[in-house]
Amino acid sequence: MADLRTNFAGISSPNPFWLASAPPTDKAYNVRRAFEAGWGGVVWKTLGEDPPVVNVSSRYGSLNYNGNRMMGLNNIELISDRPLAVNIAEIKQVKRDYPDRAVVVSLMVPCVEDSWKSILPIVEETGADGIELNFGCPHGMSERNMGAAVGQVPEYVEMVTRWCKQYTRMPVIVKLTPNITNILMPAYAAKRGGADAVSLINTIQSVIGVDLDQMAPMPVVGGKGTHGGYCGPAVKPIALRMIGEIARDPELAGLPISGIGGIGSWRDAAEFLAMGSTTLQVCTAAMHYGFRIVEDMIDGLSSWMDQKGYADIPSVSGQAIPKFVNWNKLNLKFKTIAEINQDACVSCGLCHIACEDTSHQAISKTLMNGERHYDVIEEECVGCNLCAHVCPVDGCITMQPQPVEEELTWPEHPNNPHRMHVGS
Amino acid sequence: MRLPDTISGRLSEAELAANFADAHPPLTHAQAVVEAERCFFCYDAPCIEACPTSIDIPKFIRAIATDNMQGSARTILESNILGGACARVCPTEILCEQKCVHNTREEGQPIRIGALQRHATDWQMEHGGQPFKRNVLTGKTVAVVGAGPAGLACAHRLAMYGHDVVLFDSHDLAGGLNEYGVAAYKLADNFAQREIDFLMEIGGISFVGGKRLGQNLHISELRSDYDAVFLAVGQAGVRALGIDGEHVDGVMDAVRFIEDLRSQDKKTVPVGRRVVVIGGGNTAVDAAVQARRLGAEEVSLIYRRGYEHMSATPVEREWAQTNGVTVKIWASPVKIVADNGALQGVEFARGIVGSDGRPQYDLTDTFVVPADMVLKAVGQLFVPDDVQEESITISNGRILVDDQYRTSLPGVYAGGDCTPGEDLTVAAVRDGRDAAEAIHLMLSGLSGQ
Repeated sequence: MADLRTNFAGISSPNPFWLASAPPTDKAYNVRRAFEAGWGGVVWKTLGEDPPVVNVSSRYGSLNYNGNRMMGLNNIELISDRPLAVNIAEIKQVKRDYPDRAVVVSLMVPCVEDSWKSILPIVEETGADGIELNFGCPHGMSERNMGAAVGQVPEYVEMVTRWCKQYTRMPVIVKLTPNITNILMPAYAAKRGGADAVSLINTIQSVIGVDLDQMAPMPVVGGKGTHGGYCGPAVKPIALRMIGEIARDPELAGLPISGIGGIGSWRDAAEFLAMGSTTLQVCTAAMHYGFRIVEDMIDGLSSWMDQKGYADIPSVSGQAIPKFVNWNKLNLKFKTIAEINQDACVSCGLCHIACEDTSHQAISKTLMNGERHYDVIEEECVGCNLCAHVCPVDGCITMQPQPVEEELTWPEHPNNPHRMHVGS
Repeated sequence: MRLPDTISGRLSEAELAANFADAHPPLTHAQAVVEAERCFFCYDAPCIEACPTSIDIPKFIRAIATDNMQGSARTILESNILGGACARVCPTEILCEQKCVHNTREEGQPIRIGALQRHATDWQMEHGGQPFKRNVLTGKTVAVVGAGPAGLACAHRLAMYGHDVVLFDSHDLAGGLNEYGVAAYKLADNFAQREIDFLMEIGGISFVGGKRLGQNLHISELRSDYDAVFLAVGQAGVRALGIDGEHVDGVMDAVRFIEDLRSQDKKTVPVGRRVVVIGGGNTAVDAAVQARRLGAEEVSLIYRRGYEHMSATPVEREWAQTNGVTVKIWASPVKIVADNGALQGVEFARGIVGSDGRPQYDLTDTFVVPADMVLKAVGQLFVPDDVQEESITISNGRILVDDQYRTSLPGVYAGGDCTPGEDLTVAAVRDGRDAAEAIHLMLSGLSGQ
């Protein structure tokens, strides 16, 4: 059995699966249920200063796709709307009752040193394992100069991180907003400020859809809508990219990453680990199906690690990073060609029309003994994979890598006007 | 001697209402969307080719998935104005659904195209009304003889092009086989008439019932009174068994039995306690199942050859069997057994496939199936007498037409079951539609003169 225990910036947990700071971690009741279900840790829903914020009614919008619910979810909920003292008391008790689990407290107070200085001891007193700075919330709180409004200004990120390191002994995790053009800037700032780790991504600014009857963005609150924070399976590719950027950056080497963004299965988890995460935070999948989903995540990840011979989480973490390169490093001599398994083909024609209309006219359509027949025209195929993606039959169209004779990247390519002349 | 036990009212009204209600209840919208989302949206899809009316099936299904119900219905109805009836009566298992690519997948179930088509057309009839408008009126008038699917489809298309249509039929109601010849539970809740009302909403079509060609309606008059004539008179005749005792009381044509069921109060339609249905087509199945649902205790459907030769599809056959009909094969009727004129049963000879591939029956090896009622369903025929007062060419017992649906008589077109081709509702609709296109071309040419 693979060892799933994690040590993340000094915070230990029996497995890498944490619940992200969000509605599922708003109260002791939920958190206890999560721990009973097997979650390795939680990041308690963001605490702020009293008096607590007020949340609206109607908070979530869902993006459904072809019958699948909640491919993407957006929310307009703010931070915890319960009094600070209530949260603090519950955190203290929960940590006492579940000493082996990670209990991290998410925080968001105004960008004023005294505000941070006064809340940190209160949190520390609970026995919590660490704090996560919510520099990501992209709606509501950012209008009050908190959340993403801080995360989008590297100087502020550095400043607040430094205050936190100064006023608490707890490990400090800086949660990064994706609503920024270069994720490295706030990550550098967090590191300069002394952050023990980063977590990403927070939600993406979004309008999930428009109610065409009310003519208002969804979710509609009393006839009006606002932008929200987007999460769920749809954001996974964005998260993987940003995590990878940080993981491969030499200046940020060694900075632990807690991966967040659409993780719903053990496979997603493995991918986030491979791209450099060491713990994983989940929210939408739990909100969709309940806490029980962690069972298959733990079980599936463990089985996969056993099959692949990965003994523990550190041995998986970052495995794909050496192969995550800039486009410039890709071999332009590599070629792959589509191959259709005629026995599996159901003759739906989707590969043909996709290639014919939108790609390279490399799949022919003929009648063979009166039946539709689709063939790859190898000379025309550029190996784009589109046909394999549109094919509804698993394994019917596969991409066949061709023998590679040499390596040629863009910097050396004759078509590149700025090419590097070998030997010159 | 046993007197035949054939009476009406074997079942209560409540039982009859349940037995003749919609055989296949409609999909809910949520079910339809789930089913629609299963469709691969094939390119140049095989289901379209399999549909005689060439409905763009992936297009209408996608519109259901995107909640564009009006677009979905329009896609169906512009190819097939009787899409609602076809959704209910088409043997989709040998047409569109048979060609669905899902069939070729392991555990693959075809998309329920018929059920989805019904969902879309029901929506249109309920919410949208007649989606088509008439073109500028041409002043031309066309006589359509026969108000079945072919005649209706032709009339609608001609009306759409701005021609006026007079639609004649020998029955009091329009609809043809949809009204009189299909099992009641397939077109429940008076669907045939509701669909005709919907179709007629386009305007320009007037219906005249009680007109029978060769009796009180004559092609020569139609030719002089109208700019064109379309014959869609169907098959008014039935094949005889050609055996002794065929005219004994209690032996009747299955089409007659089905028509009685459709045109009369079901509690007044007599049915035997034991019924023998002779034949292997959909008419035989419709008669057998309806006899059961009318209260017959024992119903046997007996066919002279094997399952593979039956024109009823396997789905229809299983439908009969799940309705408690006993299906017997390789038995050919030899004679009707009667005692002093009282029907007792039918004697059958057992058969096998002969060495020449043709069936052979052993007249020394016979058995008698007792019956209070015998329903003959061994095929329908076009009756040429109705048109023979004119020199319209008949070929193989049907009206000969060219690829423009023209008969040998100038200005006279024909389509549907009275012309060669498959005897399917959906094929009749195609004939009517395409004949209207040909008539319209001809009339447009005339109007330019």
